[in-house]
Amino acid sequence: MRNLLSFRHGVHPPECKDLTAALPTRRMPFPDEVVLPLGQSLGKPARPIVKEGDRVERGDKVAEADGFVSVPVHASASGTVSGVELRPHPDGTVTPAVCIAVAPHSAQVPRPRMVPEWETLEPEGIVRAVQEAGVVGLGGAAFPTHVKLSPPKDARIETLIINGCECEPYLTTDHRTMVDFPERVQLGIRIMMRCLGVDRTIIGIERNKPDAIEVIRATLPDDLDVEVVPLTVKYPQGAEKMLIKAVVDREVPSGKLPLNVGVLVQNVASVATIAEVFETGLPLIERIITVTGRGVRRPANLIVPVGTKLRDLIAACGGLTEDAREVINGGPMMGAAQGDLDTPVLKGTTGIVVLTEKECKSRQTYACIRCGHCLDACPVFLDPQILGTLARARRYDEMVPHHLWDCMVCGCCSYVCPSNIPLSQLFQLSRAALRKAEAS
Amino acid sequence: MSRPSLLVTASPHFAPRDTTPRIMWTVVVSLVPVIVASAWFFGPSALLVTLAATAGALLPERLFGNRGALGDGSAAITGILLGLTLPPGLPLWMAFLGGVFGIAFGKLIFGGLGQNVFNPALLGRAFLQAAFPVALTTWPTVGGDWWSLRGDNFALPLMTAKLDAATGATPLGLFKFEGIRPEFADLLLGSTSGSVGETSAFVILICGAYLALKNYLNWRIPVSILATTALLTGVVRLFGGDKYPDPHFMLCSGGLMLGAVYMATDMVTSPTTHRGCWIFGFGIGFLVVVIRIWGGLAEGVMYAILLMNALVPFINRVTRPKVFGSRTEVASP
Repeated sequence: MRNLLSFRHGVHPPECKDLTAALPTRRMPFPDEVVLPLGQSLGKPARPIVKEGDRVERGDKVAEADGFVSVPVHASASGTVSGVELRPHPDGTVTPAVCIAVAPHSAQVPRPRMVPEWETLEPEGIVRAVQEAGVVGLGGAAFPTHVKLSPPKDARIETLIINGCECEPYLTTDHRTMVDFPERVQLGIRIMMRCLGVDRTIIGIERNKPDAIEVIRATLPDDLDVEVVPLTVKYPQGAEKMLIKAVVDREVPSGKLPLNVGVLVQNVASVATIAEVFETGLPLIERIITVTGRGVRRPANLIVPVGTKLRDLIAACGGLTEDAREVINGGPMMGAAQGDLDTPVLKGTTGIVVLTEKECKSRQTYACIRCGHCLDACPVFLDPQILGTLARARRYDEMVPHHLWDCMVCGCCSYVCPSNIPLSQLFQLSRAALRKAEAS
Repeated sequence: MSRPSLLVTASPHFAPRDTTPRIMWTVVVSLVPVIVASAWFFGPSALLVTLAATAGALLPERLFGNRGALGDGSAAITGILLGLTLPPGLPLWMAFLGGVFGIAFGKLIFGGLGQNVFNPALLGRAFLQAAFPVALTTWPTVGGDWWSLRGDNFALPLMTAKLDAATGATPLGLFKFEGIRPEFADLLLGSTSGSVGETSAFVILICGAYLALKNYLNWRIPVSILATTALLTGVVRLFGGDKYPDPHFMLCSGGLMLGAVYMATDMVTSPTTHRGCWIFGFGIGFLVVVIRIWGGLAEGVMYAILLMNALVPFINRVTRPKVFGSRTEVASP
């Protein structure tokens, strides 16, 4: 019975994971420059504490947290600070970033342990250490992990769900994390359970990763209540609400958090990072990134210093092919196309997918024919057809009663639309317009 | 690695499998067997009438529609479907006029593709039925020389057509007004009097199944229409006795198959929700039975669909899905 658990609606895009699924992670050489934007999490941007000409070692803090919902930024390579400058950010804006000219021929030896041992710490101490190490969710949204680890006092969390779905096509970051570092996943779960006081953990993994399911099952700790649940392969199985529905069959109420149904969800790579931080004593300065797609000569799963520019990252994978046309930060369903290869990799960057001319979708759109396929795809049961019509007429206020704010911007509606109407983008724009109107 | 420009588009970055023109042209292709079947029974007249109606539909779309609107194939579908609802012996200028009216007043004045409330092909037919009631109810018999025309197809506009071809009544007309019941096999295969495409229920069902498998039509609509019609007829016959038609006769006669499979499933003028499709189909089935059994007309599919078309926005509103997480759930203590 449990084997069939999933959620209703959703789509089945081509998986395209076989390009990198079997490739073990390897380290890429240090680039000549790293660019560390101050805003790398959903929280407040960090405050820089270095200036031009400062010499930094690998792991040194270069910007400190600004308040509780904010995380510091650390140097991902030793070298000289060339300034705090405006640089392109993957979200398309230009934001202040600490730029470090990496010391050539440096051994890149980090300073001795900067993060305390976790066994001796109380939960509050763990939360502080995690914040100081600059840990954020690595699943893409980059929510500060320490905030998740300190839920409000009156909330009671019964179940910790570890998200190993990785439902985005092409990406194999979480997959390789589970296969190559199962002990870290296990240690991370242990630390989180201690911190949250939770007795029960469930790991949800899509069935298209049988090796990950097997490895994780084999290394499960015996003294903890941890269960691996294989899930149906469907997009967006990895969306928080969909995963909770599939695993514990509870619906997070509209507009509420997983906490309201007694659940906390953490991405598997983030869990491994918590363990890594305590294990190595180094803050979050590198992460696993899948560089893939038919537009890259040698697709790979790389351990990449945060702040590496896409140009260097792609060069480490043999460069772009002749017909490469679109470079996407993230997966093809929700990722953002990049116009500039000087944008850096962030803590929350899951992968870089390069599509060829042939794979890129046509920009030709047609009139909505009210086929209803978008209603059939929407995993949160919205009416994208009505919402799209209202958005195109700029009647943003009328979209709110149609549950505009419940949209996860997963892109299922745009994906199935035969008229190629950019529905989820329209919804994002509508929200931005509403926020702007509210602010003024 | 310095290349001219990278493409920046909104996510998702995958190309969709189905495009609107592909859906439309697939529907056109799926109509080919229906056209062939009609040509088998009604000879060149069937092809001529369908061609004239299609030409009539394409003309206003080309003149007043958006640039390149012909390429999406929707006007071609309207024209072919209209042609299939007309008697094979109809003067071609009438078929042409019906196509023009269907597209111009059924679609373009609403704002083109996706904006119309009523099925344009049926609107075209309703116009013809109102304007030329006699011509629209003159049915040639099946059989005879294949090459002969089944009526005065080449009559000049506004001239009285010569009625020298053999004419007969449709099975529905025969039953309603004379109480004669044709053979079931004839109905299923289509060797009865009737309009160009309303004859072969069997071929239409096969083509519809193909479209349903490709998800180019919502199977719930035809299933709901046919089930409602069969059930209601069965109930009426059970209590009313033999003077009422039996369910299989109702299903395979007249334009019900063509209407249920091709007309009612027009994406633009049918509900967007699955529950809505069931209701929509039930409404059509109910109206068909009421009109055919108690109404003054022998056939009611056209009006049943047009009436339910008008209700689609309302059906969509009442069947809109409930948003995820809106069912009240007990939050954990």
